[in-house]
Amino acid sequence: MGGGLMHTLAFYMLAGVTLAAATGVVFKRNLVHSAFLLSVTFLGVAGLYMTLEAQFLAAVQALVYSGAVAVLVVIGVMLTQRENMSQSNPPNAMVAAGGFAALTIVGVLVWAILATPWKTGKGAVVSVADIGRRFLTDFAPPFEAIALLLLAALIGAVVLFKGGKTQS
Amino acid sequence: MWAEFSLTHAWLIPLLPALAFVAISFFLLGAPWLASRLAIAAMSSSFAIALGVGWAVVSQGITVETPFLMKTVWFSMPGLSIDMGVLVDPIAAMMLFVVTLVSLMVLIYSTGYMAGDPGFSRFFAFMSLFAASMLGLIIATNFLQMFVFWELVGLCSYLLIGYYFYKISAREAAKKAFMTTRIGDFGLLMGILFLQILFGTLDFTELAAKVPAFVKANGAATLTGIGLLLFVGPIGKSGQFPLHVWLPDAMEGPTPVSALIHAATMVVAGVYLVARAFAIFSVLPGAMTVIAWLGCFTAIFAASIALTQREIKRILAFSTISQLGYMMMALGLGSLTASMFHLMTHAFFKALLFLGAGSILHALHDKADIFEMGGLRKSMPATCAMMGIAVLAISGIPPFAGFFSKDEILAAAAHVSTPLYIAASVTALMTAFYMARLFIVAFLGEPNPHNHPHESGKSMLVPMGVLAFLSIVGGIVPYAFGFGDWVRFGPAHHAGIDWGVASSSTLIALAGFGLAWSVYGAGHKKSDAIAQKAGVLYTLSFNKFFVDELYQWLNRNVLTGLARILYWVDIHVVDGIVDGAARGTGTAGSMLRRLQTGQMQHYAAIMFVATVALALILAFTAGAVAGGGKL
Amino acid sequence: MIGLSHYLLVGAALFGLGMFGLLTKRNLIAVLMSVELMLNSVNINLVAFSRYTATDAAAGQVFSLFIIAVAAAEVAIGLALAYAIYKGRGTVSVDEIDWLKW
Repeated sequence: MGGGLMHTLAFYMLAGVTLAAATGVVFKRNLVHSAFLLSVTFLGVAGLYMTLEAQFLAAVQALVYSGAVAVLVVIGVMLTQRENMSQSNPPNAMVAAGGFAALTIVGVLVWAILATPWKTGKGAVVSVADIGRRFLTDFAPPFEAIALLLLAALIGAVVLFKGGKTQS
Repeated sequence: MWAEFSLTHAWLIPLLPALAFVAISFFLLGAPWLASRLAIAAMSSSFAIALGVGWAVVSQGITVETPFLMKTVWFSMPGLSIDMGVLVDPIAAMMLFVVTLVSLMVLIYSTGYMAGDPGFSRFFAFMSLFAASMLGLIIATNFLQMFVFWELVGLCSYLLIGYYFYKISAREAAKKAFMTTRIGDFGLLMGILFLQILFGTLDFTELAAKVPAFVKANGAATLTGIGLLLFVGPIGKSGQFPLHVWLPDAMEGPTPVSALIHAATMVVAGVYLVARAFAIFSVLPGAMTVIAWLGCFTAIFAASIALTQREIKRILAFSTISQLGYMMMALGLGSLTASMFHLMTHAFFKALLFLGAGSILHALHDKADIFEMGGLRKSMPATCAMMGIAVLAISGIPPFAGFFSKDEILAAAAHVSTPLYIAASVTALMTAFYMARLFIVAFLGEPNPHNHPHESGKSMLVPMGVLAFLSIVGGIVPYAFGFGDWVRFGPAHHAGIDWGVASSSTLIALAGFGLAWSVYGAGHKKSDAIAQKAGVLYTLSFNKFFVDELYQWLNRNVLTGLARILYWVDIHVVDGIVDGAARGTGTAGSMLRRLQTGQMQHYAAIMFVATVALALILAFTAGAVAGGGKL
Repeated sequence: MIGLSHYLLVGAALFGLGMFGLLTKRNLIAVLMSVELMLNSVNINLVAFSRYTATDAAAGQVFSLFIIAVAAAEVAIGLALAYAIYKGRGTVSVDEIDWLKW
């Protein structure tokens, strides 16, 4: 079926872009390059959401992550810059151990994923209205909590940037 | 009626002197005349009640098998129940009579002897306490009650030996007495504990019922060990070898103390304990043999030392040890009657001897060497006469008191064991010899021109007179009235006087007198010559066979060395373990703290690995792993 | 056919990469970026499950939204902290931020 082929193609392309960008984020030695590739990763993930028929989520991902978080990261890079940007993101001494740990985890996860007989079915189509309704009924308390959290984060960020009580 | 009252109120006998002690210590220390009169009043009341008890025992026919018991529970826990009470049988009645009488006589004597001493009231307080403790010991119903009073008696001995506390020799003697008897008390306590574990009771009457049955069923082996442990107490308290060393030094105390405690009453507490527990000992032939031989050895050992001693009280002290050995030997031979009879007569004449010695010391201002005395018969006729009576009594000359009691012991020895009989007879010879020596050297011969003696006052002579009277009739009267019917263990044996033993013992005593007269009657030269010829033997005897020196050596080398080793162990091993544990913890801590690197990525790595491990464990144990095939 | 396990595998790979970055990068900002990668992988898992299993699809997406919000707040604070450290100590190298060591 055409839809299936499209879906497959789209998936593999988006997955490939995402993973390649992520690899770049992790392995590149230039901090600025890593920051930009992070943004690309976020966009790739947004695309994957689209293939999963979570359109609202894809939009939010693109807006928030790629539009805000990635920008924040670049600002952070800018504020804490070093003379030699091309070597500003080196690996540390734990490469072997870290690699081993990461591979172990991935290995276990992969084994778990492949060995489990998933009972899949088609879930209901989720609309924005559904999500909105859930936010305001079942998940109202976390919704309010998130609002508080964001307020706290805002105030915290401002205070930290300003430097607290030592500066008037 | 008086008898009935006395029997049911026998607990007053120790209580009255105890109350006198309390009253004197708290209120009357500054009123010596009143203190002494109060003590004497309490003692007289106790004596009167003791007479009543004796009367009750005879009239009501209380026998050793059917004693009069009155007791109340002192404390009771699961597994241990101890009573306090009164046990009256003929043995106890006799002891009560003897102790109260001799105590009363000594107290009256002390009003004269201790007059003017700054601690006069303290003396009477302690003597009252001692009397109370001894009397409590006598009427005890069980081992624990007896042990309580046993310790109290030891305490009073310490307090009274150390009465002249400003003299270092007195203090040391008191400590020595207490520590030596303590060793004995330890053995006694062990024995008591084992008895409690084995039989669940410490009551004398209950044990008398249970022990013979136990021995018949299980044999005598374990119980012999326990019996010997129990006997260690009397070894200490009654001055048997090897724990006799405290008795001669105890003469540091005032003479009335020596008379009462270290002659007539406290030292016989050990003999009394064996007598009280005779039901236990009599079924342990091994223990009885040990008791008999140890007693006999003590008797001959102490007599051989007394032959050469020069201080009058020391001669009497070794004589006491020797006579105590006689009493123990009698018990070991199985004759309770003989032992108790000798205990009674010995109390009379030994107390008299000590009071007489005190009379001499008082007159000569504490000059104690008999060779510096002499010819005292002229200046102290009453003392001389009464001491003479006592000497005749202790040597066993009929019809004085000692003859009957010593005859009983010798007869028992002759029936059971010939070597013991021979040894006992040799001891009798030596006893006669050294007592005669004392009398001859101190009273006969020419007076020493440096001395200015005077006869003692009535307060001292009257008690001595009472005791002298008892030393004369105190043997024949009980014998005639059937002492052996009442004070006995097992069936009474009504043997008449064994004329063989009796006559030979009298001859032996007379031989002793003769020997002493031949050596000392003609002045010192002959005795000095004999001392030279005896050489080593004389040195050994005069130095008490160096037993004290041996103990000192043991103390210094063995005990102190052991203590030093144990100290080393304590510092290095025990403390080492404790310190090592602490140090180990510290070291482990200082090694483990290196995990805190401060590097966030290290922490993250460890967390991840741990999570994976946990997940794997859960996956493999908490449920089936479905289909491992695809991998 | 693209099934659930495909998406899950993508998520797993992303997670692994993020973890590797978390453990091996020396720059504090890079560590934060790796954390973001891991959060994204979780989100992918959640959305995939909500799409491919039949129960309560909306809840999965709502959950993802919460995670996005929290992640955003966390990045803000994290970067503010990184800046504060940079101002105070002049470095953002994780190796040198070890003042809580023994």
